[in-house]
Amino acid sequence: MTAAGKYWRIAIGVAVIAALIIVPMNFNRYGLFILSQWAVMTIAAMGLNLTLGYAGQVSLAQGAFVGIGAYAAAIMTTQGMPLIAALGVAIVLCFAIGWILGYPALRVQHHYLAFVTLAFSTLAFLVFRNEDWLTKGIYGISNIPRPNVLGFATSRPLPFYYFCLGSLGVVSLAMWWLIRSPWGRAFVALRENPVRALSLGIDTRRYTLMAFAIGSALGGVAGTLYAPLTQYIDPVPFNLSLSLDLLMMVIVGGSGFFFGPLLGAMIAVLLPEWLRFTQGYYLMLYAVAVMLLLIYSPSGILGILDRYLTERRTKVASALRAVTKSRLETAP
Amino acid sequence: MTAVLEVSNIKKSFGGIKAVDGVSFDVQEGEILGLIGPNGCGKSTLFNCILGQLTPTDGEVKIDGKIVTGLRPSELNRLGVSRTFQLLQVFPKLSVRENLILAGQEHQGNMVSRLFGPSDAGLSAAADQMIGFFKLDHLATEAAGGLSYGQQKLLDAAMAFMGGPRLVLLDEPAGGVNLTMLGDLKERLAAINREKRATFVVIEHNMEFVMSLCTRVMVMAEGRLLAMGTPSEVRANPAVIEAYLGH
Repeated sequence: MTAAGKYWRIAIGVAVIAALIIVPMNFNRYGLFILSQWAVMTIAAMGLNLTLGYAGQVSLAQGAFVGIGAYAAAIMTTQGMPLIAALGVAIVLCFAIGWILGYPALRVQHHYLAFVTLAFSTLAFLVFRNEDWLTKGIYGISNIPRPNVLGFATSRPLPFYYFCLGSLGVVSLAMWWLIRSPWGRAFVALRENPVRALSLGIDTRRYTLMAFAIGSALGGVAGTLYAPLTQYIDPVPFNLSLSLDLLMMVIVGGSGFFFGPLLGAMIAVLLPEWLRFTQGYYLMLYAVAVMLLLIYSPSGILGILDRYLTERRTKVASALRAVTKSRLETAP
Repeated sequence: MTAVLEVSNIKKSFGGIKAVDGVSFDVQEGEILGLIGPNGCGKSTLFNCILGQLTPTDGEVKIDGKIVTGLRPSELNRLGVSRTFQLLQVFPKLSVRENLILAGQEHQGNMVSRLFGPSDAGLSAAADQMIGFFKLDHLATEAAGGLSYGQQKLLDAAMAFMGGPRLVLLDEPAGGVNLTMLGDLKERLAAINREKRATFVVIEHNMEFVMSLCTRVMVMAEGRLLAMGTPSEVRANPAVIEAYLGH
């Protein structure tokens, strides 16, 4: 990485963050709702990106963890408890359940693992719907309060959007730390070559369970934001299609790329809104766009960028080698 | 001298096929033992049984006098037993340096220190030293998948040495490596053996490589031990000539 490239990246990062803070200031209620939803879904997708993109473990249950987090937040905050307590409960609960859900991954992989997690997803949905005493079943839980954060009320849309954006910032930093740590390297090893990883002393079993647990816990974090965002939850949003949506966000953005979930969630949450002017056709156009993208680049949007950068680097490197070689040959 | 590795009566069958059929031997500290034999004679299966990648049907493996049969490969590795693979087994998307850091990071600290400690697990210097030792300097930041076959083979060997192992099992380290690089590899292995007192077991088909590097050579045929001795003894053994030329 050249110094100029580094400055460019920092400049782009600062510009994007500034835009995310300033531009929405005069958005209407609905626009802010959609943007907040983007931030929340990005957090869930980041969790799945860790499990699937970095550690290579397929999961069709991320939506269920968002649901568990959302119900924890809804039940606890409507009883008068603070959201931070609900967040703690959601993280611990999702971490523990994610850890347990990781055990099948020690035995089965790929499609088989997808089916196991799919079964869990369905099970969670049935619990949300049928355990009336806890979740109020199909009637759902309403009047979910929005929290006070550091003394500021977030009941209005703009402050709540900033709360979601701030949470996304914190999660992103933590994730950046995690994937740059030796753990992140071990997760990638798990994805790329588990047999070799094992022969290098990497406890693949423990890292697999960790990848599931941490990824699921982030689903729970997203859920605790989702409940106060919509202020009303019922079981429907947390059915299998949410898990599939999150999976699509990860894959479309670029599975295993740090910024993949941000882009993927943007496409999944915002593109349908932008396509609304086409009225009845918007879902069709959206589906076609996603299919074309995945045919062109199976590794998602960031896969295209990565390919371009790799090509350029290879060209530069071979040019450098050619120069060195000709110097050696012409040397006396 | 003490035995680093003691293998007694290892058997491994797959269904009705006895891939390894009662092999016993031991390896002394600082020794380089060659393991040769025709294709399919059970060399790699024997390796996998020793390393915990396969569970032997019968028999016992001891490292430094301690029974390790049934331990997982990761546990064995942390006891100082390392290996290279016959087929390329590097992490293609990680850079050469990252591959080496990964190969060493689980040998120190614990899960917590690996999460909150430095990103390179304090291994950058050790990795660069290894890169220099295996003459991969100009490739340190390249993705391992972009290296030539021979370079990946060198990286694979370098990775096996990152954790400072006592015993290294090398499965066909010379396969597909060109002559210049082969000389390099042999010289590196001999140097590590001399300086670090590391003990090696080497599976190899390249006779010149085996005979010049190894202190003792063991020959397998059809899952059994056929002969064991110094390179010159083995070369003169009629049973060995029969096994290689007869079939």
